[in-house]
Amino acid sequence: MNLKPSRLDRVVLTINYTLLALAVLVVLVPLIYVVVASFMEPTTLLNKGISFNLSDYSVEGYKLILANEAMLRGFVNGLFYSAAFAVVTVAVSIFAGYPLSIDNFVGKKFFMTIFIITMFFGGGLIPTFLVIKELGMLNTVWAIIVPGAVSVWNIILARTFFKGIPRELNEAAKVDGASELLIFLRIVLPLSKPIIFVLALYAFVGQWNSYFDAMIYLENTKLYPLQLVLRSILIQNQVDPGMITDRLVMAEMKRLSEIIKYASIVISSLPLLVMYPFFQKYFEKGVMVGSLK
Amino acid sequence: MQQLLETVNKNKMQKGYVLKRNFDYVLKNHFLYWLIAPAFILTIIFKYVPMYGVIIAFKDFSYSKGILGSDWVGLDYFTKFLSAPNFEPIFMNTLLLSAYGLVLGFPIPIILALMLNQMRKVGVKKNIQLILYAPNFISVVVIVGMIFVFLSPTGPINKIITLTTGHPIVFMSDPEYFRTIYVLSGIWQGAGWASIIYVAALAGVDPELHNAATIDGANLLQRIWHIDLPTIKPVMAIVFILSAGGIMAIGFEKAFLMQTAMNLPTSEIIPTYVYKVGLKAGDYSYSAAIGLFNSVINIILLVLVNFVVKRLNEGDGLY
Repeated sequence: MNLKPSRLDRVVLTINYTLLALAVLVVLVPLIYVVVASFMEPTTLLNKGISFNLSDYSVEGYKLILANEAMLRGFVNGLFYSAAFAVVTVAVSIFAGYPLSIDNFVGKKFFMTIFIITMFFGGGLIPTFLVIKELGMLNTVWAIIVPGAVSVWNIILARTFFKGIPRELNEAAKVDGASELLIFLRIVLPLSKPIIFVLALYAFVGQWNSYFDAMIYLENTKLYPLQLVLRSILIQNQVDPGMITDRLVMAEMKRLSEIIKYASIVISSLPLLVMYPFFQKYFEKGVMVGSLK
Repeated sequence: MQQLLETVNKNKMQKGYVLKRNFDYVLKNHFLYWLIAPAFILTIIFKYVPMYGVIIAFKDFSYSKGILGSDWVGLDYFTKFLSAPNFEPIFMNTLLLSAYGLVLGFPIPIILALMLNQMRKVGVKKNIQLILYAPNFISVVVIVGMIFVFLSPTGPINKIITLTTGHPIVFMSDPEYFRTIYVLSGIWQGAGWASIIYVAALAGVDPELHNAATIDGANLLQRIWHIDLPTIKPVMAIVFILSAGGIMAIGFEKAFLMQTAMNLPTSEIIPTYVYKVGLKAGDYSYSAAIGLFNSVINIILLVLVNFVVKRLNEGDGLY
């Protein structure tokens, strides 16, 4: 049954659509502006902003970015950290989530309590820093990958997923004499691809977009992930114009600094923004599973 | 027979038996304990050892003496912070920044979800969602980078302002604008994504309810108010408790990046101050004390907000 909307309702609906269209514009305009600006000729960009005159377009910004060694190294580092972090955190979460999903697992309550407490209490920045320093992990890749690998949230997500796998499968396997090891490897893991994928996606993107751990634990700029390189280009340069004293160099820097910023924003964000629609389904799944108490 | 079984069960419950049974279980299923071991060990090292390390907040920590050997100073560092001249501004900055974020950031995703729920064409709705969610995937460094380029004296916003008033506004150096920029950019980035949970809850509304209400003469706004809103009320309560309870747990990452020497009067918040005192100035004990002070307030707030919402929401809180 479909009822015809009344006049008042149609007015409300029109306002509704207008506001939504406005919201879409508010999100899109800055993004489009950045992309267009990144293709401008640097001097035009500095003096006039974006223009719609074709002769004002150039790829100079991208040339500069692609010639920037720090940027490329940051890209590779970031990719490596994110992939490694995703592998470690997914493995740890899946492994821990499985025993916790078994009803008669002895010690379930004990382990759950140990994990859940960390959601509410923590040592804070300095005590954690001291532990990592004490372990000799400062200025190494390990400081990025290992300390954050245990996420209680991920363990709970994995546990919820495993609980959804019909127990009869496991029981049947047990009757046939299979050990827990065999059940986990042959039955549970093959069925867990969706949760593994969702967790890996979140871990990867989260690590890719973060800079904090890298900033406090890494000193060697050669180890910097992309986000830290971006920070020095996009933000530090803005706050503090640097130590350049040569007039000519300074003028050139001023001319190029904006285009470099726009181009590096596009280069660093575009891959994820282009990929995300394909994975949107899985990202949403993560939010939904997570909202189950 | 029945009685016999009961006695057997009773005996089984005896302590020794339970211990033996558990022991057998662990032996037989030791694989399960190997599985949980990595998470357990990492949690102990990186979560519980730092919790123990918090005692440096009550000590005058020095590297040569170590955590145990350092001298106790009791609550000295806490009183030092509470009586410091910059305590009040930093505390208020933290509170206000979060509070503004909550006041605007809480209702907007709900409104977005209610509006999206009125979209009849599924394809169009999906595309709008795709666009509204996108900023969530931009990193905080890039978001703040965009803020800087857009608001710079030569940036697009100031080009327009200069056209109308003649002189640019130095947004990022003016403490007056910091909170507004922080909160609005946060909404730009996060409101769409935050609406997902409400959109999903609204999908569970039975369309027959709306039809019945329409027949009874209810207009669209009345139906949203009396059908849609009550449906998402439990979700709203949980989201509210989590964000209001976490009001002092505001993140470090974005505020730190947005700080300039000039906007510090409003942009210095507890997390950034903890970082500067601890890692920049090396005053570990003082920094740990400030961090601990913040966590304690946070836990009190969470419990308090949960209590209030539970009262208002007829007994449905977080726990």
